[in-house]
Amino acid sequence: MDLKDLYRDVILDHNRRPRNFGRLEPPARAAPGYNPLCGDQLVVYATLDGDRIGELRFEGSGCAISVASASLMTEAVKGKSRAEAEHLFGLVHALLTDADAATPPELGKLAALGGVREFPARVKCASLCWHTLNAALAGDPTPVSTE
Amino acid sequence: MSAVSAGALPLDVARLRGDFPVLGQRINGQPLAYLDNGASSQRPRAVIDAERRYAEEMHANVHRGVHTLSQRATDAFEAARERVRRFLNARSSREIVFTRGTTEAINLVAQSFVRPRVGPGDEILITWLEHHANIVPWQMACEATGAVLTVAPIDRRGELDLDAFRSLLSPRTRLVAAAHVSNALGTVLPVAEIVTAAHAQGVPVLLDGAQAVPHFKVDVEALDCDFYAFSGHKLYGPDGIGVLYGRESLLAAMPPWQGGGDMILSVSFAGTTYNRLPFKFEAGTPHISGAIGLAAAIDYVDGVGLDRIAAWERELLQYATERLERIDGLKIIGTARHKASLVSFVVDGVHPHDLGTILDQAGIAIRTGHHCAMPVMEFFGVPATARASFALYNTRAEVDRLAAAVAAARAMFR
Repeated sequence: MDLKDLYRDVILDHNRRPRNFGRLEPPARAAPGYNPLCGDQLVVYATLDGDRIGELRFEGSGCAISVASASLMTEAVKGKSRAEAEHLFGLVHALLTDADAATPPELGKLAALGGVREFPARVKCASLCWHTLNAALAGDPTPVSTE
Repeated sequence: MSAVSAGALPLDVARLRGDFPVLGQRINGQPLAYLDNGASSQRPRAVIDAERRYAEEMHANVHRGVHTLSQRATDAFEAARERVRRFLNARSSREIVFTRGTTEAINLVAQSFVRPRVGPGDEILITWLEHHANIVPWQMACEATGAVLTVAPIDRRGELDLDAFRSLLSPRTRLVAAAHVSNALGTVLPVAEIVTAAHAQGVPVLLDGAQAVPHFKVDVEALDCDFYAFSGHKLYGPDGIGVLYGRESLLAAMPPWQGGGDMILSVSFAGTTYNRLPFKFEAGTPHISGAIGLAAAIDYVDGVGLDRIAAWERELLQYATERLERIDGLKIIGTARHKASLVSFVVDGVHPHDLGTILDQAGIAIRTGHHCAMPVMEFFGVPATARASFALYNTRAEVDRLAAAVAAARAMFR
């Protein structure tokens, strides 16, 4: 395990300067996510343009992995269809948990999260935003929890 | 020339470290620096051996059999209770109830002492410094009875506002429940003043001593508290065992909170006669080996000497505070004048969770998060802190490594 593999430059950069950080007013959809173990919390805001994700933002506070993951996610799924976003989540999930998972090129910058799987205690930090995005798209107002 | 008593002799920390098998290992290629003692401390070989000896030579159920092993187990279990009594300076071993830990001890009081005797408008007074285990059981009791939870405030140092505490004591206050030492900040609360003020109004006091008993001598008779709770696993003992001390007159008047074997004298379908103290509160087979291990831990701590432990930990606290304060961007949360050996802090630009991972890579174990004290975090406006908490076996060199690793993390995230 190497810290440099967890905290790659892309991660540090997105933690320092998170993209699409902020809120969207209704009628944009919003869902809160919470990691009770470490206190990370975020809100994901999304507008849907038919089946496509239009605007996407997040706000909240958390560790570098959770902030960078949310920031990378917003860049990756903006403009995608819901099915495409689901598919990307599947790839990210495999990247975070499956040591044998390939790193397909469609992951793009999300591949920077590849170091997380060596740190099992941190996987939830990286996946919280994706679960929260799902809840926002589904219009589910129940707070998402990692526990 | 100064007279040096045996009690003033400094600890031979290097030798004592050899008593703790877990400390000898390397974590992520580095020697383990275990600085998470506030969450759980490590066990000396004497404790591990006591538990093993029990399993190998005397395991049987207690208070039941006429056979030799059952008698041995019962003798050892009750000797452990007597050892705890002596440790706390309680008047009688009838006042020592074994529980799973501090949390269960507090819940016992909430269920068995508070619930039957409070009603709508009655008050339970706690402080802002409490661990969730000394908040939620009272909230549950309040919800069930219509009583109200009142909270005495703290100041920016993390000290209890005693005047405010006194003014919150009302004719409706039925119990005061307070930490002896704050787990999140290390603040030692003015428990003597708390007890005096409460008793002046006839209000009983429960003290959560989970973070106190490992660090200094606790004497329940001198404290004059009515209930005192602590856990074995923060006192170099086993997990799953804890203690509720309760004043005998109060315990005697309380109904049992769990029913089962061991807590009865006789059972018929017409009715049941409860056992005497303390067995009335110990339904079912207890954690026998845990109690025996706890007694061994107390023997160990008393053998080293709590005064000497306290002196060494004070030195470590002072050194750690000085070292950490020098780090640019680091802020210590909790600067009470009287603290146990624990430093809670935040670092600009580095989330505590990331700090925890980075330190772990350097072999350093600390706690990061809200420390089950979310109201304290909210008061200081932080979602979480990093917490280094020290035990008798920690060294100045470990503090140096902590400070170096924190500084390196800060540089990495710049």
